[in-house]
Amino acid sequence: MELLIYAITPAMLLGAWITGTIIERRHFARLALLESGSSDILALTIEDIPAEWQVVSSDLVLGNVVISQDYFKRVAASLKGIVGGTIGVYEPLLERARREALVRMKGEARARGHDTIINVRIETSRLASQRPDGKGTAGVEILAYGTAISRNVVGD
Amino acid sequence: MLISNTQEIPGKSIVKFHGVVSGSTVRAKHIGKDIMAGLKNVVGGELRGYTELLTEARGEAIRRMSYQAESMGANAIVNVRFATSSVAQGAAELFAYGTAVTVE
Repeated sequence: MELLIYAITPAMLLGAWITGTIIERRHFARLALLESGSSDILALTIEDIPAEWQVVSSDLVLGNVVISQDYFKRVAASLKGIVGGTIGVYEPLLERARREALVRMKGEARARGHDTIINVRIETSRLASQRPDGKGTAGVEILAYGTAISRNVVGD
Repeated sequence: MLISNTQEIPGKSIVKFHGVVSGSTVRAKHIGKDIMAGLKNVVGGELRGYTELLTEARGEAIRRMSYQAESMGANAIVNVRFATSSVAQGAAELFAYGTAVTVE
């Protein structure tokens, strides 16, 4: 019985690691597909548009995603946090979330019939706290937003 | 209501400024969604319930901001910004603000 209790945590860590890695790989593959599908929408962080662009209509567009790290990587990150330095396991997580948010924002722009998004901003906010041992909900929200515009292409 | 996060509405010119307008909403998660998110949290990945919740809440904040601008007699809001803060465990405030203007 005691042996079983000691076996639960490593088993959970292993399970979370394997499943988390599979989810991450699938997400990256799906993102590559989605990004190639939305490459027709131009997203710019600049605010001032060229004078020759004749803007016909505009809309505020948003894209957001709440993402969380798997249990294994949260524990790994908290251990790495003791010695400090780059927490490598969190970098792919945030990259996935940012790319997903941008794709969703572009999707909304397309649904409204626009082809360009200007003044794109990306914000990150922590949704809920996690406990120091790596348990508890630890969601991060990434919000991408900008002003989608439709323009006449006479001056292009 | 025209809404934009740029200094002006692209393709239009501002004729009158009405001042700052804002809208906010505080949302907590449904217990069922919370349990689901807790389970999903073990393996990681997108917490879809939370994504939807925040999308709805942000939409509500934008609507409230629009009503305020409308009551001031404005027809557009420029330079919109968003802020998110977790005010309590399991509750988040979604805040949107901008400048109400009249454009032509």
